[in-house]
Amino acid sequence: MDVTLTVNGVTRAATGITPHTSLLHWLRREGLTGSKEGCAEGECGACAVLLSRPGEDGGTRLESVNGCLLPLAALNGQEVRTVEGLGTPAALHPVQEALAVRGGSQCGYCTPGFVVSMAAEYYRPEREVTEDGNGFALDAVHGNLCRCTGYRPIRDAAQVLGRPAQADPLLPALQRPAPGPRATRLTADGATFLREETLQDTLRVLQEYPDARVLAGGTDVSVEVNLRHARPPLLLAVDHLPDLTGLHWTPDTLEIGAALPLSDLQRRLSGRVPLLDAWFPLFASRLIRNRATLGGNLGTGSPIGDSPPVLLALDARVVLTSLSGEREVPLSAFFTGYRQTLRRPDELIRAVRVPLPLAPLSGFQKIAKRHLDDISSVAVAFALRVEDGVVRHARIGLGGVAATPLRALITEAALEGQPWTAEVAERAARLLSAEGTPQDDHRASAAYRAAMLGNALRRFHGEHPAPGTEAPV
Amino acid sequence: MTLHERPTASVVGEAVPHESAALHVTGAALYTDDLGVRLHNLLHAWPLQAPHAHARVVRLDPGPALAVPGVVRVLTAADVPGVNDAGVKHDEPLFPDLVQFHGQALCWVLADSEEAARRGAAAVLVEYEVLEAVLTLREAAERESFQGARPTVSRGDVQVGLDGSAHVFSGEFEFGGQEHFYLETNAALAHIDESGQVFVQSSTQHPTETQEIVAHVLGLPSHAVTVQCLRMGGGFGGKEMQPHGFAAVAALGASLTGRPVRLRLNRTQDLTMTGKRHPYLARWTAGFDEQAHFVALRAEVYSDGGYSLDLSEAVMARTLCHIENAYFIPHVQVRGSVCRTHKTSQTAFRGFGGPQGMLIVEDLLSRCVPLLAARGVHVTPEEIRARNFYVDGQTTPYGQPVKDADRLQTIWETLLTRSGYAERREEVRAFNAAHGSRRRGLAITPVKFGISFNFTSYNQAGALVHVYKDGSVLINHGGTEMGQGLHTKMLQVAATALGVPMSAVRLAPTRTDKVPNTSATAASSGADLNGGAVRDACLQIRSRLAAVAAGRLSVHPDDVRFEAGRVFRLGHPDTAIDFAALVHHAYMERTQLWAAGFYRTPGLHWDREAMRGEPFKYFAYGASVSEVEVDGYSGAYTLRRVDILHDVGDSLSPLIDLGQIEGGFVQGAGWLTLEDLRWDTSDGPGRGRLATSSASTYKLPSFSEMPEVFRVDLLERATETGVVYGSKAVGEPPVMLAISVREALRDAVAAFAPAGTAGEVRLASPATPEAVYWALDAARRGTGTPDAVAGEPPAAVSGP
Repeated sequence: MDVTLTVNGVTRAATGITPHTSLLHWLRREGLTGSKEGCAEGECGACAVLLSRPGEDGGTRLESVNGCLLPLAALNGQEVRTVEGLGTPAALHPVQEALAVRGGSQCGYCTPGFVVSMAAEYYRPEREVTEDGNGFALDAVHGNLCRCTGYRPIRDAAQVLGRPAQADPLLPALQRPAPGPRATRLTADGATFLREETLQDTLRVLQEYPDARVLAGGTDVSVEVNLRHARPPLLLAVDHLPDLTGLHWTPDTLEIGAALPLSDLQRRLSGRVPLLDAWFPLFASRLIRNRATLGGNLGTGSPIGDSPPVLLALDARVVLTSLSGEREVPLSAFFTGYRQTLRRPDELIRAVRVPLPLAPLSGFQKIAKRHLDDISSVAVAFALRVEDGVVRHARIGLGGVAATPLRALITEAALEGQPWTAEVAERAARLLSAEGTPQDDHRASAAYRAAMLGNALRRFHGEHPAPGTEAPV
Repeated sequence: MTLHERPTASVVGEAVPHESAALHVTGAALYTDDLGVRLHNLLHAWPLQAPHAHARVVRLDPGPALAVPGVVRVLTAADVPGVNDAGVKHDEPLFPDLVQFHGQALCWVLADSEEAARRGAAAVLVEYEVLEAVLTLREAAERESFQGARPTVSRGDVQVGLDGSAHVFSGEFEFGGQEHFYLETNAALAHIDESGQVFVQSSTQHPTETQEIVAHVLGLPSHAVTVQCLRMGGGFGGKEMQPHGFAAVAALGASLTGRPVRLRLNRTQDLTMTGKRHPYLARWTAGFDEQAHFVALRAEVYSDGGYSLDLSEAVMARTLCHIENAYFIPHVQVRGSVCRTHKTSQTAFRGFGGPQGMLIVEDLLSRCVPLLAARGVHVTPEEIRARNFYVDGQTTPYGQPVKDADRLQTIWETLLTRSGYAERREEVRAFNAAHGSRRRGLAITPVKFGISFNFTSYNQAGALVHVYKDGSVLINHGGTEMGQGLHTKMLQVAATALGVPMSAVRLAPTRTDKVPNTSATAASSGADLNGGAVRDACLQIRSRLAAVAAGRLSVHPDDVRFEAGRVFRLGHPDTAIDFAALVHHAYMERTQLWAAGFYRTPGLHWDREAMRGEPFKYFAYGASVSEVEVDGYSGAYTLRRVDILHDVGDSLSPLIDLGQIEGGFVQGAGWLTLEDLRWDTSDGPGRGRLATSSASTYKLPSFSEMPEVFRVDLLERATETGVVYGSKAVGEPPVMLAISVREALRDAVAAFAPAGTAGEVRLASPATPEAVYWALDAARRGTGTPDAVAGEPPAAVSGP
């Protein structure tokens, strides 16, 4: 089967590719060398391109994604736009112009990626230009690294961008619906990329080939392909399946599709789950969130993934599906060992269910070397219900302190039934410091990790003291 | 006109964007690895990296690699027709039989695709005899595992000075290095061109040396090898020495196979194979008088040079020449030793040892402030600094007069005022009194940085300028463009010198067959040196044109003016003729319309054995004020505001210089607060491996580390006589302005101490949130010294 792709408005057949060929490598081989490889793991954004995705209004959303993390075959039939498709030296795009005249580029190597990330934000339909500002959300560029400028001129360029002009040549294309993922089979170099039409067919493949590597956004699998040279023989795409990309509310449950990209989830929740809202901005970068999914973050079973602590605090349950039916397991039982889970090889993580109503008091704290777009040394999520000054329900999810994400069961038990006072919090903080089995590594020492656990609770209490006491600022 | 004087209507001084800005933002700017797609029959190179820090290669059999489909050849030592070495000290074998660091390349596989080359490298059979490895700086210093010279800078009699000091303190400070993390990794592309020469495109700051290494590996004279550097995606010193071997591998492959060879390191290869900023260890004893004046400084300074010398001796020399930063110290004795460890060979990095020297003294001063207070000598960190500033007439410990020392005081006082330092000190005090878990800190630090290569011979440059018959101008010079805006400045210099608009001038890529025997684009000297050479070439042409114009305008050649593409009689712009028309006439009169320019920095001398002389043409000065806020729960912090006043002379290109200052500052802040190189020092199988070998484990400053408020001013009326158009170098000095961030963190940490218990605050470097946390934890407990600095983290952890 041929893989075709529309790049900057021109449809190209991709030849000589394998299931492991990334969009970035192919673009560069095609002579579109504006997109660069800076890290090959979605940290620097030099490879950013615009992916056209079907918008909720029937048109097209331009989303910035890391070209290094997208298997080309996964984009069969879809449309991308690269930096070359935005403007030329003789006719700069407004984003390009704003960066160029303000000293936004020095060596220029990261610049195409910044242009792309900024262009995605420039066209974001929800961005509102008012007298108070242009609505440019700087998190659009938090996944782009620049080693030369110190970022100030890039920020300034972002903040002067107006709304797209009526004559903007991209606007007509944004009115048309973008093509979505298409059923695909590509076999080359001893490996196969497969995207089946339906969930049933996908599950059938999974039952037949238990070694298949399930691919949603690709932000984790592709890192293994790029950096560790993993060459999974079967990549099975699930990102297009409606059963995996829904969002459903019932009076007692919120069900989140396992393959719903986090940016979509954030937009569609629009603040209704405050704990998730506190978490989204601290999870990688927008470039990653535009592809990454809860299913992927849970399925990989990493002890330092940031969604498990949050979902543990939300008492979430994991919905696993296979040809033999569906089962639901509590997330707290899902992780069985280092990068091991309860998921059987023939099962897919179909959804995550969060019980309602939510515990009213919640918070997420991430300790890392860098404020944004870093991997946690420690991540702690709290969800408490305090009634009449007494803790009636406590859930604390932890990441980075054991071989798996875990709940702080001892601390939870010590809190439940107790008054929500500074003394109780302090006693609980000491217990929390001793939960898990933190290790020394290049991110942090074990002692620091332990200290951060206790301090997370001290801070959480400080920010949410018992009614009647004042929060120190 | 003298070198520093500017004609009226000069193009230098205009705030123009980077000459390639429009190419950068459209993706049209080409870098070395973008060129491969244009070549047919390209081969891809992939290294076999050793999995040990120190081992003998007992056997290396490339046979199985050749059986991998697509593999064409495996390059080994046996293939080298010339010298099997990639360095200038002959201690860096290109194809080694002794592994000296984890990840060292032993051989290179060439294949039709990168994938095939990688599989081929994995198939090569190697047997190792694993040897004992020395990894830490401390261990190397204790074992006296040194390499190269161990120079001492001295003045006066340090023992007499210490004996005569009212207050003497000792301390130790070990701090980390830094990965360059240019966004473009090392890359080379080689082919044998239609004339039979070896043509290498290389991402290199030092094309001439790349050319020389390629030639000596291939056993060819230099004239048979041409190296071109279009532009680099960042260099920062990391491409001064490191690219040579990669270029040589590509060139060797091309010459053996007859096919073009592409070599591009991926990020992990670049991190694990190339050198970094040197980590340091310093042990010092400092003496002060009753007024907190420095009397004496004795120090032993050790750098971690890695497995080979590279530029480590020169880096150490610059450390010793900057250890006193902006301060006059009567009695000095500082010895530097380069340690040999089984790590990548550490190399040049923006500042080149200067930052390390300055960091030692700045750390020392701040640590001594509370120690002096305990002895009844009360000075603030800013007072002890200003009190010790050089004044005019004083000389450095190595004997160089400190030219324009008064600028230090001027900058300091102006910045204190402009930043509202005194009022903000009160605001910080008030904030800290009112907040339970957060503390703010404020600090000001100075920079005095010597400009010129310590290695005197490098202070020369060449240029080649052509004026074509239509009046268009093409310039070539020996400097390379890595984002610093050198080419932009050179276009401005040429336009100024010839009196034409910038649009009339084009700049051609840096190539060794146009301008030979160039120095590295390094030491911040690119614009000083190449600007001098470009100006020289342009003035030669202009004086020939003036002679032609004098005839047509009936004036003396001295009275011909060149401005904005018009040529006229002094005082009579109405007589103007077009530059292009004049050029045409000049050609018809058989006038030479091109010239080679040359510049050598006058007045330099340096005795590297005695460590005495005047190695620098001048000093660049600056100061910065930083304000931080530290979270007491985690040690995390934000950089609230930065104010900088910096001396670039009369700026050649203000937008470029502003970018250098801001970018250098943030890069320096990254070194001091965030960027954390960790090696596996366990006895496990990964011993010696760089644990932070990817972008996900080695974190650069991102948007979240940018100062919330960032105000940078250039010192006004700052003409530097003796430098092209009165300017000063700007590439490196701003890195060290970031020391104020670290001192502001120390100030905030001290504010966690219970009232009356503030003592010496020791802060690890980089001051990561964890390091700041242990420091503030110690301050809270009133011990001053975080146990974690000494190795073991505290057993008991207390809350805020």
